[in-house]
Amino acid sequence: MRDHHPAMSENHPALSQNHPGVGQGVYLYAVTPAGENGTAGASVERAERPPDLRGVMGGVVRPVPRGGLVAHVSDVPLDRFGEEPLRRSLEDLDWVEGVARAHHRVVEALAAAGPTAPVRLVTVYTGEEQVRDLLDLRHDDFTEILSRVAGRREWGVKAYLRRDTPPPSPAPAATAAGGGDSPGMAYLRRKKESLRGREDLWRAAAERAELLHAELGQIAVASRRHRPQDPQLSGRSESMVLNGAYLVDPAREEEFAAVLGGYRDRFLDVELTGPWAPYSFTSIDLGAGRAGGVR
Amino acid sequence: MTDPRSRPVLRESSYGPPAVMGRESTNLGDILERVLDRGIVIAGDIKVNLLEIELLTIKLRLVIASVDTAREIGIDWWERDPWLSGKDRELVEENRRLRERLSAVEERLVAWEERTELEPGERAQERGPVERAGERAGERRGDRQAEARDRRLGRPGGTEPGRA
Repeated sequence: MRDHHPAMSENHPALSQNHPGVGQGVYLYAVTPAGENGTAGASVERAERPPDLRGVMGGVVRPVPRGGLVAHVSDVPLDRFGEEPLRRSLEDLDWVEGVARAHHRVVEALAAAGPTAPVRLVTVYTGEEQVRDLLDLRHDDFTEILSRVAGRREWGVKAYLRRDTPPPSPAPAATAAGGGDSPGMAYLRRKKESLRGREDLWRAAAERAELLHAELGQIAVASRRHRPQDPQLSGRSESMVLNGAYLVDPAREEEFAAVLGGYRDRFLDVELTGPWAPYSFTSIDLGAGRAGGVR
Repeated sequence: MTDPRSRPVLRESSYGPPAVMGRESTNLGDILERVLDRGIVIAGDIKVNLLEIELLTIKLRLVIASVDTAREIGIDWWERDPWLSGKDRELVEENRRLRERLSAVEERLVAWEERTELEPGERAQERGPVERAGERAGERRGDRQAEARDRRLGRPGGTEPGRA
């Protein structure tokens, strides 16, 4: 990997010095094992990653190797990624979307090549030296995390309450009987009945979702249950009753898919996403309050 | 996505909309959820207020997208929700009729009040001491007229009352 970036040996000064003009920060995407030649990833075959990988704001992603680990970074201008600009930019969903997609693209490319521990969005350092310090300081944590996800893939499973299912006890008779009611009264009554029907459906669907999660968890190496997404985030109007993430061995993916098939019924609509880089299984707080590098 | 070579097993299943297949069209919500909420959390040198990130994720759940952006990224659920999109034409129509009738009733009520307030002697007996009756009736009439005006002005549906 280092062959693609001959200028980036460990004792080379930070690349940011090669960029005149505004101050540069170093944006960290993910940490991986160093690969066949490294110590941490010695047991894992690591494919070559795309040589011309570009990240946030089109910056070229380069490796920063240290002690058997590699941090993958790119330069970002501090007039956009400094503390004050960031505070404003994070309010802008379009800006966040651009950064999120770029971040995700880099993480995906790295994950396609081997074990990858993604770092949360907008983790920015003042220089490469600080990133190397981080790899020294957190060497054991990163190594442990990477060995946990090696050779496995994350799948997302979202289960929604089926909306097109008619309520268990439709009551058109009652509506007809109340012929004297105004349309408004009749509407309110229908709405009430429909809500009661929805509650029953919700309960049944939630129970099915519990079973689904438990069964998938049996097949997966690890599983996490996340907060169900709001309709505005999921983009679907139906209520989400399960938002699960599962780390699955490739050998068991078929089995995993088969379980999903068994849960598509009149209560649940099941949606599969992925494979994802193992975001949900590298979810660890390495002390956000403490300095990762030298301040 | 992670490894295209060994994708088929789950890819061939029929779950999920086509949107999850392509990289760029991967559901933004799913991406944001991951890059903001998960992965390794570690301090950079640039201090990002973590509270702000938390707030951001909350905001994303409540959606801060403009309507156009929202549509672009597939967040247009309200347009399909019959309870919000006005597909209940019957209800909308009834609502309109009720507003008209309410306005008409209000108009008649105001007219009636104005008529009755012009007979302070009669009303004063109900209210108390005779010496204050004229003054109070005057005050009240003014208040009520103002209130009635406010009601009419403050209620858009009432600006075109059915004057039946």
